[in-house]
Amino acid sequence: MSEIKESKKALFPMTKKERKLLFDPLNDNNPVTVQVLGICSALAVTSMLLPSIVMAIAVTFVIAFSNLAISMMRKYIPKQVRMIVQLVIIAFLVTIVELTLKAYSYPVYKQLSVFIGLIITNCIVMGRLEAFAMANPPWQSFLDGIGNGLGYGIILIIISFFRELFGRGTLMSGTPIEMKIIGSSSDFWIDTTTNSWFGWYTNNNLMVLPAAALFLLGMIIWYQRSKNTKLVDIS
Amino acid sequence: MEEFLSIFIKSAFVENLVLSYFLGMCSYLAVSKTVKTASGLGLAVIFVLGITVPINWLINRYLLSENGILGMDLTFLRFILFIAVIASMVQLVEMVVEKVSPALYNSLGIFLPLITVNCAILGASLFMISREYNFSESVAFGLGGGFGWFLAIVAMAAIREKLKYSDIPAPLRGLGIAFIITGLMGMAFMGMMGIDPAIFFSGK
Repeated sequence: MSEIKESKKALFPMTKKERKLLFDPLNDNNPVTVQVLGICSALAVTSMLLPSIVMAIAVTFVIAFSNLAISMMRKYIPKQVRMIVQLVIIAFLVTIVELTLKAYSYPVYKQLSVFIGLIITNCIVMGRLEAFAMANPPWQSFLDGIGNGLGYGIILIIISFFRELFGRGTLMSGTPIEMKIIGSSSDFWIDTTTNSWFGWYTNNNLMVLPAAALFLLGMIIWYQRSKNTKLVDIS
Repeated sequence: MEEFLSIFIKSAFVENLVLSYFLGMCSYLAVSKTVKTASGLGLAVIFVLGITVPINWLINRYLLSENGILGMDLTFLRFILFIAVIASMVQLVEMVVEKVSPALYNSLGIFLPLITVNCAILGASLFMISREYNFSESVAFGLGGGFGWFLAIVAMAAIREKLKYSDIPAPLRGLGIAFIITGLMGMAFMGMMGIDPAIFFSGK
């Protein structure tokens, strides 16, 4: 705690502590694979790359700003009603995200359906508020929020990359830069009818089902823990 | 009655909140280490879901919709009101459990208040809205969804109790294997939807 307070003075050139706050959640303290928070949405929205990128941005926004707001108010919130206060702030931010998406990107909004609303109950948001923002100054809480949002986003993007590639043979479908990568068809990125690269591949529809996300997440955890042995069996 | 039963069965098995929609995963993974605590939390979830879904239906119909009491379209307040109902119901359950069974209360620990942020609870209310259920259907959906969650967490806890004795690679132990088992269970539950083999092998 005292170390964190020391770095309070130097605001902009990032201190080592602040860099740690920002980058630790990417691997050593990843919210999904190590803290086991926010699994539900990590599984449900990852069948394609585009919705999971949107989701990652939305969650990062909500975590960062709710951390900031709660951290500013942390000395004035009575202990007994803190849950309600936190939930009201989160719900407010999520409503902003939902209305923005509905206005500017309706197809993605439709695809994400209830999962935008479920950011409110995404345990990452609540967990970081309780574990970090209630005890630390605003700037650090903000960085912690961004870091955890990125850590969550990176897992989402890895899972959805594999699911979309093997499940549909495309990447980024639904955007102008949609790429077809594998499978047999002439409108692919590499013309796979004349050129036999990956032309033999037929889409594996298991990857589209949500169960595939669980297997992939299990394998990511397996890989991460075999590289980073100090994480083994802490859950 | 027939309608009631069919929605109950459908929401408990076919559209199981945990194994088909992957809602409420955090507490599902964290509390499923022993059957006893798992069934305690499962019962609490049945109770909370069975009450909050109908209450939220009433709030949505008579308070928030355009032809409700206030005569205004207040659906943007939905999240805040739903969460408030859920938080107060959970507070109630917590007090009851503390009085009736202090042992269970201690073993559930932090996860009892965390039912508030269990996505299955809010998710069920939002599904109830998006599927346009009527009141009796929403009662059936709440109870059925809760029952499905209970079944899933008890099954998972039973498997994990046995898993202690199996020889699993060290990095996969604990969380990793729990995810893979949940995936397998999810696929088994999907069988109840009736899988069309053509979906798997069509290669569209």
